[in-house]
Amino acid sequence: MFSVTDKPINFQELVDCVTDPEAGAIATFIGTTRNNNQGRKVIALDYETYREMAEKELARLGEEAKKKWQICRMAVVHRIGPVQITEPSVMIAVSAAHREAAFAACRFAIEEIKKTVPIWKKEVYEGGEIWIGTQSGQPLNRS
Amino acid sequence: MKVKVKFFAILRERAGTAEITKEIQEGSTVADLWATLQQDYPKLAVPGIRLLYAVNQDYVTPDRVLKNADEVVFVPPVSGG
Repeated sequence: MFSVTDKPINFQELVDCVTDPEAGAIATFIGTTRNNNQGRKVIALDYETYREMAEKELARLGEEAKKKWQICRMAVVHRIGPVQITEPSVMIAVSAAHREAAFAACRFAIEEIKKTVPIWKKEVYEGGEIWIGTQSGQPLNRS
Repeated sequence: MKVKVKFFAILRERAGTAEITKEIQEGSTVADLWATLQQDYPKLAVPGIRLLYAVNQDYVTPDRVLKNADEVVFVPPVSGG
C-alpha cells in the first residue's frame, strides 16, 4: 500500500497491510501537524501532490528499502489537502523478521519522502502562508 | 509538436494555472521548455528556487529531449512528511 489520500489516515489499515507470518516486528512512524515552525504560530497545513508520480515514487522507495534491508512488507500513506494541528499527515508501517531492519527501513522511508516524493506543504500561519521546502535531495534511480 | 505541462504548489500559484498545453520545436529539451515558459509566465522565475524535472512521472535531467504528448512537470522543492 503506497498511496496519497484526502481522508484521515487509518493506522490499523497500515498495520494490517504489513502483517506477515514471517515478521517478528512491525515498526511504525506517524508524522503529525505541529502548531509552530521557526517561530511562527501554525494554524494548519495544506498539502498538494502530483498524485500519479507521488504514488509511483512511494512504491519505488519501498522497492529500494527491500534491496537495502530484509523486510517483509511496507505501507506508506500520505494525507493531502488541509490537515489540522495534531492530525497525522503521514503514516509508515514496516514489518520484518527482526526489529533492526524494520526500524531502519521506516526511518529511510520518511527521510526519502521529504527529499523526492512530489508532495508539497503549505504552512498557514497567523498573518500569512508559505510553501515549505528546500530541495535538498536527489531522486532515487535517476534516469 | 505539443507537450502537456502541469504546475504544482508555488509554481501553480505563480503561473495562475494548473495545466497547459505548449507547442514546442522538435528536439527541445526540458531546459529549453523551462526557458520558454519563464518568458510566457515571468512570475515562474522564483529567485533561488531549486527545481527537479519530471517527464511522464519519472525524474529526468534537464537535458532530456521531449517527445510529442510528453507530460512535463517542474518540481518545486518537495516538503512531504
